[in-house]
Amino acid sequence: MIPDFGLGILAMAFIVSLFAVGAAIYGETAHKPRWVESARRAMLLTFPLVTLAALLLIYLLVSGRYDVEYVYSVTNNAMPSYLKVTALWGGQPGSLLFWAWLLAAFASAVTLRKWERDREFLPWVVVVASVTLAFFLALIIFFENPFARLWQTVDGVAAYTFQPANSLLVTPADGNGLNPLLRHPGMIIHPPMLYLGFVSFVIPFAFAFAALITGRSDDRWIRITRRWTLWAWLFLSLGLALGARWAYDVLGWGGYWGWDPVEIAALMPWLTGTAFLHSVIIQEKRGLLKQWNMMLIILTYDLVIFGTFLTRSGVLSSVHAFAQSAIGPMFFAFIGLTLVSSVALLIWRWPSLKAEVEMKSMLSREALFLLNNLLFIGILVVCFWGVIFPLISELATGQKVTFGPPFYERATAPLFGALMALMAIAPLSAWGHSTVRTLGRAIWKPAVIALAAPLATLAFGITNPVALTGFYLVGLVVTVTIYEFWRGARARQSAHQEGFLTALWTLAGRNRRRYGGYIIHIAMALMAIGILGIEVFQTETQKSLGVGESIELAGYTVHYDSLAQFAHTDGRWVTRAEVSIFKDGVFLQTLAPRYDVYPDGQPMTIAGVRSTLADDLYVLLVNWESVSASQAPFKVYHNPLVNWLWIGSAIFILGTIIAAWPEKERTATAGK
Amino acid sequence: MFSGRVKFIAGGLLVLAAVVYLIASSTSASAEYFLTVDELLAEGADIAGRNLRVSGAVIGDTIQYDPETLSLTFEVAHVPGDNAEIESLGGLAFVLHEAVTDPTRARLAVAYNGPLPDLLRDEAQAIMTGRLGEDGVFYAEELLLKCPTKYEEAVPEQVEGN
Repeated sequence: MIPDFGLGILAMAFIVSLFAVGAAIYGETAHKPRWVESARRAMLLTFPLVTLAALLLIYLLVSGRYDVEYVYSVTNNAMPSYLKVTALWGGQPGSLLFWAWLLAAFASAVTLRKWERDREFLPWVVVVASVTLAFFLALIIFFENPFARLWQTVDGVAAYTFQPANSLLVTPADGNGLNPLLRHPGMIIHPPMLYLGFVSFVIPFAFAFAALITGRSDDRWIRITRRWTLWAWLFLSLGLALGARWAYDVLGWGGYWGWDPVEIAALMPWLTGTAFLHSVIIQEKRGLLKQWNMMLIILTYDLVIFGTFLTRSGVLSSVHAFAQSAIGPMFFAFIGLTLVSSVALLIWRWPSLKAEVEMKSMLSREALFLLNNLLFIGILVVCFWGVIFPLISELATGQKVTFGPPFYERATAPLFGALMALMAIAPLSAWGHSTVRTLGRAIWKPAVIALAAPLATLAFGITNPVALTGFYLVGLVVTVTIYEFWRGARARQSAHQEGFLTALWTLAGRNRRRYGGYIIHIAMALMAIGILGIEVFQTETQKSLGVGESIELAGYTVHYDSLAQFAHTDGRWVTRAEVSIFKDGVFLQTLAPRYDVYPDGQPMTIAGVRSTLADDLYVLLVNWESVSASQAPFKVYHNPLVNWLWIGSAIFILGTIIAAWPEKERTATAGK
Repeated sequence: MFSGRVKFIAGGLLVLAAVVYLIASSTSASAEYFLTVDELLAEGADIAGRNLRVSGAVIGDTIQYDPETLSLTFEVAHVPGDNAEIESLGGLAFVLHEAVTDPTRARLAVAYNGPLPDLLRDEAQAIMTGRLGEDGVFYAEELLLKCPTKYEEAVPEQVEGN
């Protein structure tokens, strides 16, 4: 009953969203506002409908209805209830439903805003949101029904939406359970964060599309969606950071980012989104780059859809591509359709989006922002090439090619370095016009102070040029950014007779986007320390140890003390080693690397990690089962500075929240 | 002096050229060519020394591992490289099983140095990155393993009907 009801609700939501598209277009073109209002209400109705469908699926998951194929495949009796709830996004059909639910929520939230000044945007925002929603609902209903049940026919057991002829319902006593690798807290919140980021970008795109179609060439659409974009970007960043942390904790290869196609799929909209966040500032301040901003938001939207497709279609084999299905052609058709129609609109409106002034100076702030954009797009092109070239090569020559991390590292490192340099230079350049002389005068002091970073590195005996350049850029970004805070606060201090800290606080509070952005720059510099540490200085060793033996790496001694094996209450078979860590003969602590085997045979390697600001010692117990009790193979990584990556990520998120936090209504006080 | 427009176009072209150069040089230096065991053996010495990625079905009996030196050798049997082809032949699990049980299949000896991976077992799919040695042994630097039974499993054979 409930499965059929759930599918029926989804079908209603699908019809309602199609109605919203039709009613909005008809109402707008035939000048019948009542139809537009009807479309708006239809849009609002999709939210409770999709919510109900999602709740029904959660109910089925929690109550262990294993006759439903999706419930069978992602949950089992041993899983705690909270994990059963999160199994909503543990597989493809549920993920798509979750995506649709977020979109319905955001679209409804947007339709509830006050539209007075922007009434003409409304129908087109409804159209874009509803078309996207209808597409996802169609995928769910026709291809990936999470409510399909298991039926026994003469051909065997399979999942069908409707009962086939001469069949019996099958109810397994227990389910498959969620892949244990996905039972990590990072992995439980990582997909929803990414999805929140993905889906939030639909809203700015919808407004951009509306601006194009209505011919409003001002920056109104950007101002309305500024906060949406920032929150979208925040969630996307958070999703990426959590994914990296998950990989570091659970996958046991000593790294955090493998340039896997699915990781790249999430990174690509982040790159265009970051470029967009910067370039809209230029449109707001100078009336430049209007066409460019349109291109960026169109690209971001389609990269979001492309990213969802890459994660969920299994087209590229990777650790994330757990799911395989036949929805690929649908995704490509949808991406093609939306891309062609938005680009056609953009070409149609091209002349009206001309810049209001001309960009003159190569070193002006706006020119440096443009360069920042080109660099982000450059990184995007590298990523896109890495993902797409293998497909092209195979189609053209039949030769399968893949790109591993060395390709991406080699091609993107100089571009990321150039971005760091820009982060240091751009805040010091002036709007409109800057020369080498004015910029040089502003930057020479920070440039000298920042030399402390590579000099300190040299003092440790490190002469690696990549590291020295990297640390210099990190030093420069931090110095310039702190100098900017200081300069702003001092100016305010003298103008308002405030204390320095008060001045700093009000300054940042009054210009949240700017100073939030600067905090993000500092965070990026800190993250760069961690990335340089692990990319340039990571060392590893491996050895099979008997109890009492030890292994050495980077001045540490890992001493194998003991081993215990036991069954965990949830059915896991745990093999846990205890090792003592010594540095220069001094005992530091005991670590317990672990090797778990789940009842379904899935193994999981949990590292024992000693983490400090200077370095991480990452000890793995590898594949216990094949080795005799007295011998256990260990793999040890020494990851210098990697903690700065996580510290930087946390500050990054903080900076984004500051930038995205709603500002107080200034008009109220201005009227006094 | 150049006019503003020319300067900006030249600057843009410079960035473009840099990106193109980075992509082209990284592609030729770091691309890994994906071959099946059959293709690899057909190419022979021509591809010795290139970055290769080979996939095959692990033959359980051939796995030899010395936990002291962490040296691992095993053989893999040819499987088709194309996912669609694998699907049309009856799915990954079936194709791997066929490959391992068919004595006429081409086989490739693999050498790897490192801990015995979690999933290295009979009828697993091994995806190896490395180079082909002069001796015809594939020296893997990276070893990825896939067991087709892990996730989104087909419906079990034993279920309770009602």
